Amino acid sequence: MSITDLDYYQQAVLLLAGLIGLTSFLMLGQSRLVRLVWIFGLQGLLLAATTALVAAVLDSPHLYISALLTFCLKGIVIPNLLNRQIVRLGLHREMDTIEHPARIMMGGAALMVFSYYVSLPVIAQSQLVTLNAVAVSLAVVLLGMLLMITRRQAMAHVVGFMSIENGLFFAAVVSTYGMPMVVELGIAFDVLVAAVIFGVFFLHIRSSIDSLDVDRLSRLSEAEEK
Amino acid sequence: MADQLMAWLLAVLETLLFIGAAPLLAGWIKRVKCRLQNRKPPSLLQPYRDLRKLWRKQPIVPHPASWIFRIAPYVVFASAVLAASIVPLLAVNLPTERIADVIVLVGLFALGRTFLVLAGMDIGTAFGGMGSSREMTISSLAEPAMLMAVFTLAMSAHTTNLSQAMDYVLDTGLALRPSFVFAMLGLMLVAVAETGRIPVDNPATHLELTMIHEAMVLEYSGRYLGLMEWAAQIKLMLYGVLIVNIFLPWGIANELSWAALAVGLAAVTLKLALLAVVLALSEALFAKMRVFRVQEYLSFAYLLSVLGMLSHIILEAPHVHH
Repeated sequence: MSITDLDYYQQAVLLLAGLIGLTSFLMLGQSRLVRLVWIFGLQGLLLAATTALVAAVLDSPHLYISALLTFCLKGIVIPNLLNRQIVRLGLHREMDTIEHPARIMMGGAALMVFSYYVSLPVIAQSQLVTLNAVAVSLAVVLLGMLLMITRRQAMAHVVGFMSIENGLFFAAVVSTYGMPMVVELGIAFDVLVAAVIFGVFFLHIRSSIDSLDVDRLSRLSEAEEK
Repeated sequence: MADQLMAWLLAVLETLLFIGAAPLLAGWIKRVKCRLQNRKPPSLLQPYRDLRKLWRKQPIVPHPASWIFRIAPYVVFASAVLAASIVPLLAVNLPTERIADVIVLVGLFALGRTFLVLAGMDIGTAFGGMGSSREMTISSLAEPAMLMAVFTLAMSAHTTNLSQAMDYVLDTGLALRPSFVFAMLGLMLVAVAETGRIPVDNPATHLELTMIHEAMVLEYSGRYLGLMEWAAQIKLMLYGVLIVNIFLPWGIANELSWAALAVGLAAVTLKLALLAVVLALSEALFAKMRVFRVQEYLSFAYLLSVLGMLSHIILEAPHVHH
């Protein structure tokens, strides 16, 4: 069965999966924090749209609720929270320098190919047509990790962490008709609480090293730096 | 035999139409852009008037010019015309479209560009060399992106022949292919870079800090300049037709009847007009970027093309049940 045999809903799910993969790559290459958070919000919106579409394809109404939840939390609330923190900490003009952007991008593409090979046997086991997107969700997880590895700004790490969660959520949606509602609600609020706690962490990091650059956290020091 | 002859005749006519309509497209883009910027637009036929004016003037050849300088406009123009004969405009399966595939097309672009660059360096002025080196930098980054986008199409259609690929897309009907979306976006970015439009190059100014195409043809005048400008317009239209006819080929004539050809003409005109509006809009919205940021822009185009290829393999893979 190739893509032309699927109906438009399923094709749209695959297209949205592709776009979600694209947003992960965009985040990887974006050095401005405000735009990084903005793209993260876009990924959340795409995720919500995909969830709603999958709900329509698989005819499972409880997915509509989690789509709404995703839309509100990951599309609107968390990006706004992060953006407010960025503005409050005065980071909205700072550029996070990315070393070797081309190599990072190539690494990202390699991770995508890797996740394709890893998920091949999983895809072959299932009847679900949307399952091709599992590779993309695994890639979103790995790209989120790559984002955390390659950045210095703590804020970018948080965005990477959140996008890992996006990837996991996406995998759950396309492969297993979504998680049980209780689990989903729990994770959603976990993420929300994490966003708030990270805000507190930022203030602490900033008050102790006067910056959010985590490279400066590599040295342990009790005394004042001289 | 008569059918064959008709088909060849039609192919030649189509190429002539392509070449003849290229300045019209340039005029239309200019008109839309003027409207968007609240300026009074020139007539749609202004590019033709410019070409006629240049044609009448005596070409002046600088003193140190070699034969390369003289033949370059003809080679550039001829390669553009040959490329135009390969790209299906109104109908698929014309004889000229069957003899060359899309890799030849990229090669023809490269041939024209090589002579443009050589001509830019031939005089030995600072501007020409600068423009040439910039052009080569940009094209060396844009070509892989374009080829990757084209290979994405070729992998779906199982052919590198443009005409057959369009036939394939027409046959399968409307399908939301993630790979085609990415390839189209990548090809659009490449087209903007390769035809020297904003944000990569600005063909309307002579600002030495940023100019690329203008710097190379700065020493040309009269007929030679006319040929160069016309070739640039054909190239712009080539990219436009490639984008609209590969990814949205609906309306293009499948058989050789007058009605089908008329529909094909109307469809391609409409699609090109809309694409030109998109281009003009992007030119009005975005500023010209620094030369050193062009590689970032083109690596983004390459990323899009690679993602197109990957999503073809990953998302559109045939689903096998066990």
